[in-house]
Amino acid sequence: MWNYEKRLQFPVNIKTPNAQAAKVIISQYGGPDGEMGASMRYLSQRFATPYREVSGLLTDIGTEELAHLEMVATIVHQLTRNLSMEEIKAGGFADYYVDHTVGIWPQAAGGVPFNACEFQSKGDVITDLFEDMAAEQKARTTYDNILRLIDDPDICAPIKFLRAREIVHFQRFGEALRITQDNLNSKNFYAFNPGFDNASCNK
Amino acid sequence: MNEMFSLMKDISIVDFTMTDLRLYLDTHPYDARAMEYYSHYAGIKRKLEKEFAMKYYPLSSEFSQCENEWRWVLSPMPWENEANQICMCKGGN
Repeated sequence: MWNYEKRLQFPVNIKTPNAQAAKVIISQYGGPDGEMGASMRYLSQRFATPYREVSGLLTDIGTEELAHLEMVATIVHQLTRNLSMEEIKAGGFADYYVDHTVGIWPQAAGGVPFNACEFQSKGDVITDLFEDMAAEQKARTTYDNILRLIDDPDICAPIKFLRAREIVHFQRFGEALRITQDNLNSKNFYAFNPGFDNASCNK
Repeated sequence: MNEMFSLMKDISIVDFTMTDLRLYLDTHPYDARAMEYYSHYAGIKRKLEKEFAMKYYPLSSEFSQCENEWRWVLSPMPWENEANQICMCKGGN
């Protein structure tokens, strides 16, 4: 169950539209390491986790990612409002515009549509947590790349906030992995799936 | 920054503190000091949200307490610049 709060997690107030910036930032909406994949990854994985600390963490980080998804969409929305046709053409935004006008649609910067293959839900908490730590690093790298391309401080402030959250989430997932490993039966030396192989591992 | 945005900024800061603490507590569920910290800020957040709803508009529909209009839907959406006149920079506002 979810509730909605009518405000952004971090304010976005962009005064100058910029089609070129929108074209790269849309990747953090629906691209390979974007917030849509992040939220769906954690909110899907949490069901297969045998430890409450870990399923709780996946729920809370997955929920925060939904707030990040809304922030990224807001950035793209504010960057594409009031663009002239000339600006759309000059900013390389015509390819997106022809299919979506300036509506928000999940795709990567290169135009590849969002796809559930951007994330995994393997049904094995150890496997999933390693993916989650890698995913946070990949999203952090993408925000680093965006920051090298952009100099408008109105865009950089929320992007820097999002980048910092990737680092905190990476840290917490590392702790969740430690909790998971501490919980493994000492006889489960090769770390078989503790949520599925109970019968054979716990003997 | 006017009074409304200064209140919204306080709500953002308090809520962010709670978000960060929540994740910490998920992996440290027996840290009594962190729990105390969390409930302290949870109390402040409820108070500020009620004040915001009373003076301006409800940030969540449960705080909607209007008599003749459903202000939950008439107030700005979070992606409008109108709802984001907040400076989060150090020393700002």
